[in-house]
Amino acid sequence: MISKRMIQEFKEICGSEFVSSDKANRILHSYDATRKQFLPDIVVHPADARAVSRIMTLAHHHRIPVYPRGSGTGFTGGALPVCGGIVMGMSRMNRILDIDQENLVAVVEPGVVTGDFQKAVEALGLFYPPDPASLKVSSLGGNVAECAGGPRCVKYGVTKDYVIGLEVVTPTGDRIETGGTTMKGVVGYDLTKLFCGSEGTLAVITKIILKLLPKPQAKKTMLVVFDAIDGAAKAVSAIIREKIIPATLEFMDGRTLDCLRQTAGLSMPQAARAALIIEVDGDREFLDKQTQRILTVIESLGVLENRVANTFEESEEIWKIRRAVSPSLRKLGPDKYNEDICVPRARLPEMIRRIEKIADLYNLPIVNFGHAGDGNIHVNIIADKSDAEQKIKAAHAIEALFRATIELGGTMSGEHGVGIMKAPYLSLELSTESIRYMKILKKALDPHNILNPGKIFPDAACPPPGEME
Amino acid sequence: MKDLKQYREWFQACVKCGACRATCPVFKAENQEGGVARGKIALAQAMMDGQLFAEDGLIHDLSQCLLCGSCTHLCPNQVPTPDIVAAARMEVAQKNGLSGLGRGVAALLTHKKAMDWMSKSGDLASRLLCRQIPETSGLRLRFPLPGIPRTRTFPKPSFKPFLKREIRQTPSRSTSPKVLFFTGCGINYLYPEIGEYLVRILNFMGIHVTLTDEQVCCGLPALSAGAGEAVETLAGKNLKALKIHAFDYVLTACASCHGTLAGIYPALGPDYQPFAQKTRDIMDFLMDMDLAGRLSSIPRSEARVKVTYHDPCHLRNYGLTRAPRQILSALPQVDYVEMADAATCCGLGGTFSVHHYETSQKIGTQKAKHVAQSGAKIVATACPGCIIQLQDSLNRKNIPARAAHLLELACQALPIK
Repeated sequence: MISKRMIQEFKEICGSEFVSSDKANRILHSYDATRKQFLPDIVVHPADARAVSRIMTLAHHHRIPVYPRGSGTGFTGGALPVCGGIVMGMSRMNRILDIDQENLVAVVEPGVVTGDFQKAVEALGLFYPPDPASLKVSSLGGNVAECAGGPRCVKYGVTKDYVIGLEVVTPTGDRIETGGTTMKGVVGYDLTKLFCGSEGTLAVITKIILKLLPKPQAKKTMLVVFDAIDGAAKAVSAIIREKIIPATLEFMDGRTLDCLRQTAGLSMPQAARAALIIEVDGDREFLDKQTQRILTVIESLGVLENRVANTFEESEEIWKIRRAVSPSLRKLGPDKYNEDICVPRARLPEMIRRIEKIADLYNLPIVNFGHAGDGNIHVNIIADKSDAEQKIKAAHAIEALFRATIELGGTMSGEHGVGIMKAPYLSLELSTESIRYMKILKKALDPHNILNPGKIFPDAACPPPGEME
Repeated sequence: MKDLKQYREWFQACVKCGACRATCPVFKAENQEGGVARGKIALAQAMMDGQLFAEDGLIHDLSQCLLCGSCTHLCPNQVPTPDIVAAARMEVAQKNGLSGLGRGVAALLTHKKAMDWMSKSGDLASRLLCRQIPETSGLRLRFPLPGIPRTRTFPKPSFKPFLKREIRQTPSRSTSPKVLFFTGCGINYLYPEIGEYLVRILNFMGIHVTLTDEQVCCGLPALSAGAGEAVETLAGKNLKALKIHAFDYVLTACASCHGTLAGIYPALGPDYQPFAQKTRDIMDFLMDMDLAGRLSSIPRSEARVKVTYHDPCHLRNYGLTRAPRQILSALPQVDYVEMADAATCCGLGGTFSVHHYETSQKIGTQKAKHVAQSGAKIVATACPGCIIQLQDSLNRKNIPARAAHLLELACQALPIK
């Protein structure tokens, strides 16, 4: 599919050591956290936007699929080269270009690792809140493409709330800039927000302008254990009604706690059916008062015990419980389907009950935890993928889950995106007309369907093979 | 040795989340997927499934591993990538005849930069050149020195390996445990003084230590190079030489030897089982013998030196991180400071530093910077390999600090005649 002449051109564009079609390198760029594998034909690592533009121009001309790739940690297959072609690794474009302390704006290349960026701004007393679980390894480019979330989003919003400008290369190879470095700006369509969360299907991100905040002075963490999921859910509403928005409001359901008890030696009352990890941040002097107010308003909601961390170590002890969840799930079964539905937060208890019914109906363990503050639940359906019957049951359970979510006014994905994993279910949530308009947008920007083809849309196909050389 | 197929279930346990990218020293230095655990597991699996066979890229990527285990430490499913990489290297060496290993060794023999490095650290080179290092020693894999003419002027120290020396000892108290010292090549050939410190400290504490010259290399460098049979041969010889049943403990003062004896040997068969329980790192053992208590009864010196600690991977992987720090904190002549990323690999990694000297240097440089930032004048550690790498890195960056074994500092502090 890719001619020798073209490989030569890629080598001229990227430098020969950054273009590889050997099998080992293709394997190394064939997977992501979905554990699915698709071999690309070639892997290129451009050094700058100009190189990206030249690659896209060539690919557009020859109609070869291009798959931009950050750290390859996505859960829905956004980076998977499902139609073969070119994987374009963005790891060389990993410079923080500017941190403007007067305007609280930073300019970065897409390959910068989110956690590294956070450390860099925090060293200056600044704050970049979006905190996906993968932040130590995921790239900002990937975060923007997928519009990553995280625990802190309940108070601070998601990735797109911090992106105020972009430089992108379009599927036809043009370099354009969107937005800018100002906090306001309403000239023309807001293409910045269009590209955020477009899962790499509309443009390749080559530069990102991010808004920053001052870093909160301190934070305080507490763990509250409830005798029922309703109590925990009511607590979430009660806290927010009290006009307190915690920085994080994480919850774990009864099954999660059982699982931790069995596998990670968690000591918690047997009657515990839900737990919340609540973290407040801000000026040190207010935190104790806020903590007290929270404990008072939730007091009567079936609280079995609470633990307030007074030191960093105690806070880490609490977070350790939350971090032990994912590893402990593996002990329940060999595979898990990790969904990230989101419902209006008041519907959370109802949603959990629906999920419990689904678990009973299909006789599969389902473990729920996640970001209660914004109604975003990580639903983990435990199944053995090598068992055909369980695999079918899991597929039915997932569809039932999505249907229930949408009935309650929610969405199939709060932060992971659609990719290939949720594409078959798209029409459950979006109307035919909505999908049609999305496709019109895609077609307008990418007439040959070469940028990240095979994603999002249920009938997304690979582009027809281009002309051979 | 376990072959690759026996790791099949672990391939499934790697969920490709990429968490290893946050901790892998090689990945952090090179920023390439082939360097990181997730990538190596994908390659090993492809090799096992017959999709990939000993291509250049494969050999290159498999060689890019320090076997430091930091990935396993952070992995949500604790996938034992170092074991998988070692098994994959063996597979390459076996299937390719010796060419996989041979190419590695050839690359290492012709590696000019490694040679330069050797000639720079003249003292070490002279020790290596002028001492008889047996064929079985892993140091031959670690530091081959062909092509340096014998006539070159290296000082010729009057040197005897540690185990050839006459070591005077005092007898044990009757209540003391019976211990044997597994010396390892690094201490035997390069830093015999470390062995002497160990004997003096143990004698001071009323413990006689058995030394035997029958012991051979633990086998880690061979494992690192994919020479599985060599590992088994060496382990067999050590099993015979150490007579482990006669002792309460086998002590090590080299973290790598500790890792091999405690972690690799027990899988070799029922005869080797006792190595799992009886192998003890000297610092961990000395803590049990209340060395810290004895040290803290010595009045603090007026003039103290700032010392930081580097965790050797093969102690950290066994959770042995507290004892060395407790001993350092108790030393009367030391102000102990913690440096950033103390538990990150120094970058030596057996044959790694000769295969990939530049990457090894990058990793070492990062370490050296952290030592400098801590303000320490001495970086203490518990592995001769780490001492070599740390000292080389400090020298290259002109940082006025030195690397030392903890035993040296402990010996200094005790009132030993």
